[in-house]
Amino acid sequence: MNNNLKILLNGLIKENPTFVLLLGMCPTLGTTSSAINGMSMGLATTFVLICSNVVISLIKNLVPDKVRIPAYIVVIAAFVTMVEMVMQAYVPALYASLGLFIPLIVVNCIVLGRAEAFAAKNSVVPSMFDGLGIGLGFTLALTLLGSIRELLGTGKIFNFAIYPESYGMLLFVLAPGAFIALGFLIALVNKLRKS
Amino acid sequence: MAKLESSLKNMLLSLTAIALIAAGLMASLYSVTSEPIQKSKEQKSVEAIKAVLPAFDKIENDTANGLNIYKAYKADGQFIGAAVESMSKNGFGGEIKVMVGFDAQGNITEYSVLEQKETPGLGTKMVTWFRPQTEKKKSLLETIFHYEVKTAEKQSSIIGKNPAVNKMTVSKDGGEIDAITASTISSRAFLESVRTAYNAYAAANNQKQTDANSGATQTTEGNNNEQ
Amino acid sequence: MEYLLMFIAAVFVNNIVLSQFLGICPFLGVSKKISTALGMAGAVAFVLVLATIVTYLANHCILAPFGLEYLRTITFILIIAALVQMVEIVLKKASPSLYQALGVFLPLITTNCCILGVAILVIQKDYNLLESVVYAFSNAIGFGFALVLFAGLREQLEFSETPKAMRGMPIALVTAGILAMAFMGFSGLVK
Repeated sequence: MNNNLKILLNGLIKENPTFVLLLGMCPTLGTTSSAINGMSMGLATTFVLICSNVVISLIKNLVPDKVRIPAYIVVIAAFVTMVEMVMQAYVPALYASLGLFIPLIVVNCIVLGRAEAFAAKNSVVPSMFDGLGIGLGFTLALTLLGSIRELLGTGKIFNFAIYPESYGMLLFVLAPGAFIALGFLIALVNKLRKS
Repeated sequence: MAKLESSLKNMLLSLTAIALIAAGLMASLYSVTSEPIQKSKEQKSVEAIKAVLPAFDKIENDTANGLNIYKAYKADGQFIGAAVESMSKNGFGGEIKVMVGFDAQGNITEYSVLEQKETPGLGTKMVTWFRPQTEKKKSLLETIFHYEVKTAEKQSSIIGKNPAVNKMTVSKDGGEIDAITASTISSRAFLESVRTAYNAYAAANNQKQTDANSGATQTTEGNNNEQ
Repeated sequence: MEYLLMFIAAVFVNNIVLSQFLGICPFLGVSKKISTALGMAGAVAFVLVLATIVTYLANHCILAPFGLEYLRTITFILIIAALVQMVEIVLKKASPSLYQALGVFLPLITTNCCILGVAILVIQKDYNLLESVVYAFSNAIGFGFALVLFAGLREQLEFSETPKAMRGMPIALVTAGILAMAFMGFSGLVK
């Protein structure tokens, strides 16, 4: 159990997919115009990560080496499609605001990367915790970036007004702000990790 | 269990099995979710009709100018207004779909944005921008410091206005409505869809509101030239 | 004329990388040198147009008639993955010189989200085949344009002194942000 906790924390902090591994940048930049969008995207990805990690670690011995990548892609794409359908059915507004980035979880390098690097070599339980840890790390990063952009851009966090909207810097809600905010956030993480 | 060898037979078998299982799972989930997906789409337009019209007892479907119109009646057959499902293709991110409610005189009662792909934080403000300014919610810092930041009054509400009388274009184009800050294109597209809705409403009611119609068409052309 | 507008809109106004956030991974990953950026841009252009045609046909000839649209994501990604493999094999046999130029980038393309992204966008926007091809081509050019520009900036950046914590990815991201800001100046060019 202790070991699993270590795996979980590893994904959350030491190997944080966004700040340390620098993977999955498209959804990181594209869906963080507000905190709630970033968090939902992170959670959707977490779900896919856990499920695909579990299934892949279960079937790893049944899949010959040469065809493992297509097999993994099928598994991942199946789970992404499921998330897509469930979101469309029960949270249509959220689905509309995340748009294209839900089907694009398939090509998020984090998911395939973890399948290849962790789930294909470990048993079910650690794989599940790895998926959970990495997923939560991703969610944390997206929520943080979303909050910063929302706060600087519109003066709100999770729609709760902190300062008047007319003082907001609109730039941070727009495309350039995404790049700039993430750049400074990674620099800050670098600085903190060194010390 | 030992890992399977990469022989052609094994590769084919395992891939086929995975694909079949995945397809089966998705098909079953699809049959479960397809109904709620359909329902939530219908629900959306039903709720929008309710939201944009005063209380009614009966709805009658109609079409005019290729748009769906939902005419609302009281139980005694009195016509109280209509909701028009309108759209514009000139939004910044593509199509905008709105439901606009009119009362029997052609005044706009309320609107609801059904679909839009505008820039978050800018064009997406159209969802609330064209309503009268509500009581401003104080932000946390304003509450703490007992201070209020004054913002310029905007003339952006379309509620209660009649497109036959009021000019439904952005103030930049000589109209009465202030555009969303930094989103003139989205605002123009939104107002265009409102005018389209009114024209359909007028056509359906056979009202001779030619003045508004021609005025509206002219401004639409003006927009196109500018673009 | 309509296609020309579509082209300008895709390259400048709604640039696929800088305003739609698709294909960020290769944009940040292979933009250290102009020569590699050109190679990547060429490979993406080739695969993007090809993949859009094939996925378009698959959607309209197979998925839509049978009401299987919910399988779109999985079908498209498999088609793209297979296509990339095939392109690699064919290129190796047919044109070794081209393979040498583009070969190393091909495996990276499967997980480039601008390929799948454009394939899905074309279906969502209800384009016909010709429009789809033009749209895919324009976006490929837009991707290449942004990538090469960015690579040029990063080559210069190598020689500048940056604070330790900002070195590498952070300063690259801030530069990309400023580049995106410059591209915002194009909005209003079309529509």
